[in-house]
Amino acid sequence: MIYLQLFYEFFRAGLLAVGGGLATLPFLRDIAMRRGWFTIAELTDMIAVAESTPGPIGVNTATYVGFRVAGIPGALTATFSLILPAFLIMLAVVTALRHFRENRFVLSVLGVLRPVSVALVAAAVATVVIGVLINTGAIAAHRPAEAVILPAAALYLVLLLVYRKFSGLHPLVLIVVGAVAGLLLPL
Amino acid sequence: MKELWELYAAFFRIGLFTFGGGYAMLPMLKRETVEKYHWITEEEILDCYAIGQCTPGVIAVNTATFIGTRRCGVKGAVAATVGVVTPSLIIITLIAAVLQNLMRFEAVVQAFAGIRVAVAALVTVAAAGLIKKGIRDKRGLALFIIVFTAAFFFGVSPVWIVPAAIVLGILLALKGGPAA
Repeated sequence: MIYLQLFYEFFRAGLLAVGGGLATLPFLRDIAMRRGWFTIAELTDMIAVAESTPGPIGVNTATYVGFRVAGIPGALTATFSLILPAFLIMLAVVTALRHFRENRFVLSVLGVLRPVSVALVAAAVATVVIGVLINTGAIAAHRPAEAVILPAAALYLVLLLVYRKFSGLHPLVLIVVGAVAGLLLPL
Repeated sequence: MKELWELYAAFFRIGLFTFGGGYAMLPMLKRETVEKYHWITEEEILDCYAIGQCTPGVIAVNTATFIGTRRCGVKGAVAATVGVVTPSLIIITLIAAVLQNLMRFEAVVQAFAGIRVAVAALVTVAAAGLIKKGIRDKRGLALFIIVFTAAFFFGVSPVWIVPAAIVLGILLALKGGPAA
C-alpha cells in the first residue's frame, strides 16, 4: 500500500527532522537508499526545484517525492504526513507548555540535538556533493583516474567561491548559472 | 468564518512569496501578521521561531499553527497551516509533472547536470553555515564527529540517531549535567 508507506516515511521525517530548512534532507537521503523511490541524482534535482520555487523546502521536496511516487494523491499524502507532527506538537506547545523554553529537560535535549542535526545534514550534503562530482561507474570499473568528473568539480569550486563571496545571492541565480554551464560544458 | 478565511489567505500569500522557508519567511510574515492584521507582535514571532527551531518539522508550519491557534483555536491552526502549504502543493506538482516530460530532451538533461553542481555548492555553503552556528564547544564537536561518521560512513539512519540523541539529552539532564 503505497499511501501508507508514504505516510509512514514522511510522518517519521516530520517528527524527527528538527530545525527546519535542510533538516529533512538526511531523511530524504535515507528514504532514497531504503525505498529506491528516487536516486540521489533525482533528489538533487528535487532540491534544485525546491530551492528555486516559493515555499518551505521540506514541504516542496515532500510534494515532489509524493507526486513522483503516486501522482497527486501521493503529493497530498506526503505533504500532510510531513507537516502533521509539527502541527500536533505546536498545538500542544501553545496550549500546555507556556514555559517550554525554560524547561531543564528541553534545554538539555536541545543542546544534544543541535550538533546532532548539524552532523546529519552535513552527512546528507556530503552524499549529494559526492553524487554530483564522483563518477561511480569509473570506480566500479576500477579506473580511479576517471573517478572525479573534472568539469563538474571545477564548476563546483567556482560556484562555491562566488556564493561565499556574495552571500546575499539568491539561490535561483546560482541555479540558472548552473543550468547555463550545463549546456556549455561537458558535465 | 471571515477570520478563518483571512488566516488561510494571509498564510497562502506567505507561502507564495517566500523562497527557501525558515528565516527567509520573516519579512513577509511580519508584513501580513503584525503590520496588516495585528494578530501578534514582532516579539511573539521571534519566540515562535525559537520554538520552531527546537520542535520537529517545517518552521513555516510551526509558525502558522502557532498564530492560527492563538486567533481561532484548532480551526484557525488548520486554516493557517493548510494555507501556507497550498502554494507549494500546486506549484511543485505542476513542475514535477512538466519536468518528467522535459527530461526527454537532451538540452534539459544537460542543463540539469549543471544545476546539480549548483545545488551541490548551495547545500555545501548551507551546511558550512550550520556547522559554524551549531558547533560551539568540545562536546558539540565530539557529537558532530560521531554522528557524521555513523551517518555518512556506516549509513546509520537518522530514524535511529535522533531518538538516541533525545535519550542522551534526557540522561544528561537527570545527571544534572550542563544544560544546552
